[in-house]
Amino acid sequence: MTLFWILACVTIPAALTVILHRNPVYSALALVFTLFQVAIMFVALDAHLIAFLQIIIYAGAIVVLILFAIMLLSLEPEEPGDGRSSLRAAGWGAAALLGLELVAIAAVFPDTPAAEKPLPEGYGSVAKIAERLFTTHLLPFELTSVLLLVAVVGAVVMARRRTGP
Amino acid sequence: MEVLISLAKVIFAFVIVLQLTLVLLWVERKGSALIQDRVGANRANLFGGLLPFNLGIVNTWMADPLKLFHKEDIVPADADRFLHWLAPWIAIFPLFVTFTVIPFGDVLIAGGYTINLQGADLNLGILYVLAMLSMAVYGVIVGGWASNSRYAFLGGVRGSAQMVSYEIAMGLSLVSVVLTFGTLDFQEIARAQGDLLFGVFPAWGFFYQPLALLIFFIAGMAESKRAPFDLPEAESELVAGFYTEYSGSKQSVFMMADFVEVAIVAGLVTTLFFGGWQVPWLYRDGFHFPGGFHVFVPSLLVTVLQVLSFLVKLFLFCWLQILIRWSLPRLRYDQLMDLGWKRLLPLSLANVAITAVFVLLFDGKTVW
Repeated sequence: MTLFWILACVTIPAALTVILHRNPVYSALALVFTLFQVAIMFVALDAHLIAFLQIIIYAGAIVVLILFAIMLLSLEPEEPGDGRSSLRAAGWGAAALLGLELVAIAAVFPDTPAAEKPLPEGYGSVAKIAERLFTTHLLPFELTSVLLLVAVVGAVVMARRRTGP
Repeated sequence: MEVLISLAKVIFAFVIVLQLTLVLLWVERKGSALIQDRVGANRANLFGGLLPFNLGIVNTWMADPLKLFHKEDIVPADADRFLHWLAPWIAIFPLFVTFTVIPFGDVLIAGGYTINLQGADLNLGILYVLAMLSMAVYGVIVGGWASNSRYAFLGGVRGSAQMVSYEIAMGLSLVSVVLTFGTLDFQEIARAQGDLLFGVFPAWGFFYQPLALLIFFIAGMAESKRAPFDLPEAESELVAGFYTEYSGSKQSVFMMADFVEVAIVAGLVTTLFFGGWQVPWLYRDGFHFPGGFHVFVPSLLVTVLQVLSFLVKLFLFCWLQILIRWSLPRLRYDQLMDLGWKRLLPLSLANVAITAVFVLLFDGKTVW
């Protein structure tokens, strides 16, 4: 629990930096840092595989591409007053929805902190997660791969230079 | 006591890396000279050349770091000062912590303790290494961007594109290794390589996964951004690439990161494909040569031999990388991307599929 509070004290300012910093490069780097902290939280929750996958995929690959886009478009730091008011309203709306969702989850599962219960054998191990993925959750797992394939094909189609008429 | 032992192990792993970077610095200077038929670095000399021989390595050990850390630190006028300062540390931190999971020996049995000779015994070691290596790219991209220089920026962008591309082939080549050994733990992989093939040859990883070795080694060299994959630095095009605007100790940190990465690639190749700390036919109670011949070796000596074996192999693969660096010309950018995406990636995918079939058919790791 101590670890959680220490991590929270570091993670929340980092997460705020992501949305509040005017320079998009700093925002992206703060996002990397936030993801890293969340990965450490996963480690503290005995979910080692999820923690490492989080770092490899999100921090190590996706944010690199985000940074890439920011740098290649050479986005300038934002000035105060930039941004349309409709976008701002949408942002507030999304934040309110998310807050509502959190409250709803807290109401539905009142006694979530179940750290006292002993974890089942092999909890969070690669073998256990793989077993679940290939038995109970096989259909969603395979559907996700199809979804990713669709995204890849779509990206290739959009990136291909149009030739001919 | 437990804490002290853990601390000692981590420090030992750390010292291996730190010393290796300095040795490699010297080997690279003298080695490149050897390859190119030059004399190489011979100016720094202890006792003003009074000795009949040149203590080159000692000089490089002391003179080079002294020189590098005393140079002026220049930050370009319009650079982002904070990120310019931060980038070298982002580059080197993930690399330093990576080496701690590579085992440098089996177990040391002394004073009632059985000590596992590995900085941190993580049961997801391979994933940890991939995660940390994927973080190393930020040093390059941030350094290139924060310098506010076109050369540095181009180098940074090239570097990150290259590293992200080759990470995939690297990860997939490791998947087939994991399938073969059925574990993600480096120490267990090293132990599994102690068996014998046909009762004669030590069953090291490259017998099972020669293709994975090739792919991993190429991808690893691309990750460490050295020739023939040194497009992020490309001194003939980009001055010095992403660290053009760095000087003094910050530049030396980037240089060190390069050498640490060489050491990590060598350490991984050693552990996954060449038996790690295994000495052929040496077991806890001594040598068991094929043919029933047995030589007793005390347990402590066995451990010492194992650590030495690891260090020798480690150094050999570092040397191989330096040899390749000074022998091959740089790839063109399209060749680099072709090699990564059109050759290594399909090959490693095919290797994973074939390995999976073999594992299913023979219910074990053996192809033989």
